[in-house]
Amino acid sequence: MSEYFSNIKTSATTIATGMGITLKHFFNAVKRKGDAGIDDADYFRQVDGLCTLQYPKEAIPTPPHGRYRLYCNIDDCIGCRQCDRACPVQCITIETIKATSDDLEACGKTSGGQQKRMWVPVFDIDVAKCMTCGICVSVCPTECLYHTPVADFSEFNVKNMMYHFGNLSKIEAEAKTKKLAEQQAQAAKEKAAAGGAPGAKPAPKPKPAPPQA
Amino acid sequence: MSSSPSLNTWSDALSGLSIGWFPLGLVIIAAIPLVFIALYALTYGVYGERKISAFMQDRLGPMEVGIWGLLQTLADILKLLQKEDIVPKLADKFLFVIGPGILFVGSFLAFAVLPFGPAFIGADLNVGLFYAVGIVAIEVVGILAAGWGSNNKWALYGAVRSVAQIVSYEIPASIALLCAAMLAGTLSMQQITMMQAGPGGFMHWFLFTNPIAWLPFLIYFISSLAETNRAPFDIPEAESELVAGYFTEYSGMKFAVIFLAEYGRMFMVSAIISIAFLGGWTSPLPNIGGLELNTMTSGPVWGAFWIIMKGFFFIFVQMWLRWTLPRLRVDQLMYLCWKVLTPFSLIAFVLTAIWVINH
Repeated sequence: MSEYFSNIKTSATTIATGMGITLKHFFNAVKRKGDAGIDDADYFRQVDGLCTLQYPKEAIPTPPHGRYRLYCNIDDCIGCRQCDRACPVQCITIETIKATSDDLEACGKTSGGQQKRMWVPVFDIDVAKCMTCGICVSVCPTECLYHTPVADFSEFNVKNMMYHFGNLSKIEAEAKTKKLAEQQAQAAKEKAAAGGAPGAKPAPKPKPAPPQA
Repeated sequence: MSSSPSLNTWSDALSGLSIGWFPLGLVIIAAIPLVFIALYALTYGVYGERKISAFMQDRLGPMEVGIWGLLQTLADILKLLQKEDIVPKLADKFLFVIGPGILFVGSFLAFAVLPFGPAFIGADLNVGLFYAVGIVAIEVVGILAAGWGSNNKWALYGAVRSVAQIVSYEIPASIALLCAAMLAGTLSMQQITMMQAGPGGFMHWFLFTNPIAWLPFLIYFISSLAETNRAPFDIPEAESELVAGYFTEYSGMKFAVIFLAEYGRMFMVSAIISIAFLGGWTSPLPNIGGLELNTMTSGPVWGAFWIIMKGFFFIFVQMWLRWTLPRLRVDQLMYLCWKVLTPFSLIAFVLTAIWVINH
């Protein structure tokens, strides 16, 4: 019998305690939980109030040194394809056209003063595939490829996750390809005329421009 | 049937109104609680419950539709109206279709005897309280029709649980209300309220005039939770175990009607507990010396305000409990009803009888 009454007493007191807690939270709903970060001294003290973040309107700021979305500063890209080779998930697609000698001026220099020798008509990063490992960043010789603090770049269409950074339009790229082919043909002809080896090599430089699309 | 000529003036005048043979006044009297249920269920019931539950859990609740999500319920109604009205192929179609109807009618019928203020009551029956307690039992038929007609084992489980629960909890609820009826000496809702009216405001309420009244008050409140299928006694619904129990198969407006019935019942039991123990439409403010607060805050319109506010307070407590307590197990439910509430309600009954005789 005493257990019977103690059960009733326990249930009454525990219900009262629980309802007190919920009522406290109900009245604390006029407050917002603070936005102290984990390194704030107040982080564990801000337990009262609403904690809902109305996401698209309110967002926790990303750290200024955050490494999230991959970005290519195409003006500094020399088309070396190191990042393409290093990428473990093949999210980078590069196509390059060797600049002809008279175009070197137009092709410009990197911010570090290095002469660019390649046009990069296609530099696509599929950020949907990118796993932000940062290997491409570490191999990039001109530091033109880096992760930005932009963390939210969701899209409704997955095609929009393909980011294009190329510095030539399609028509321009065709013109450059044609120009390069003409120059190479010219060089080969000259070389043959100069009495070189009968099997004329396509270009004097060690490596020919890779095949173009 | 109206006992005093000054009472129920508005409803008497309305019921006399008719155009030719058409009893327009009676239709208006019937429509007033319907409109009230619909409005309150939409605003306080659905929106309020979502907001209250959210605030108790440190969330914000609906925020997108309208300012602070105020139009969220309207959007939900539009969505429900567009939904396909599905009747399962193997369901008992007749029972399935009338189930929500019976549920709603069961909760709506009790509004006939609820006095919405001193001048308005649908029917001032001399057995009003008895009628209100009895008519709630129709709800069991509705739930059983819905659960059985769905031809779904979860729905049937929910329905059978509901029958066990509501039929059991009728007993302590009725005995607790009997205590109030004994104190008042009448079963008429309007008369019970009149017994608690006076210049002292809340001091005339049964809860405060009687030293034992808190016990039947508490017992009736707990039992009313079970009768309306509110947490922690929402085992017929039991959305986590029974995937919403007796209304598993319902969609669209049938589902909405079931919820309208639930919110209607919530107000009904809240109003009954206010009438039986907290003075119904009487003002809680006492006359202090020359400051006649009670007289100032009495009257038909103030009466409607007070009873609705009292009802809303108890609905808030019901929501507050819902978002605090976990659901009871079936055996715990039966233990609470038969081994705790029923004996205590009998004790309260005897004590009240002794107090009434000796007072």
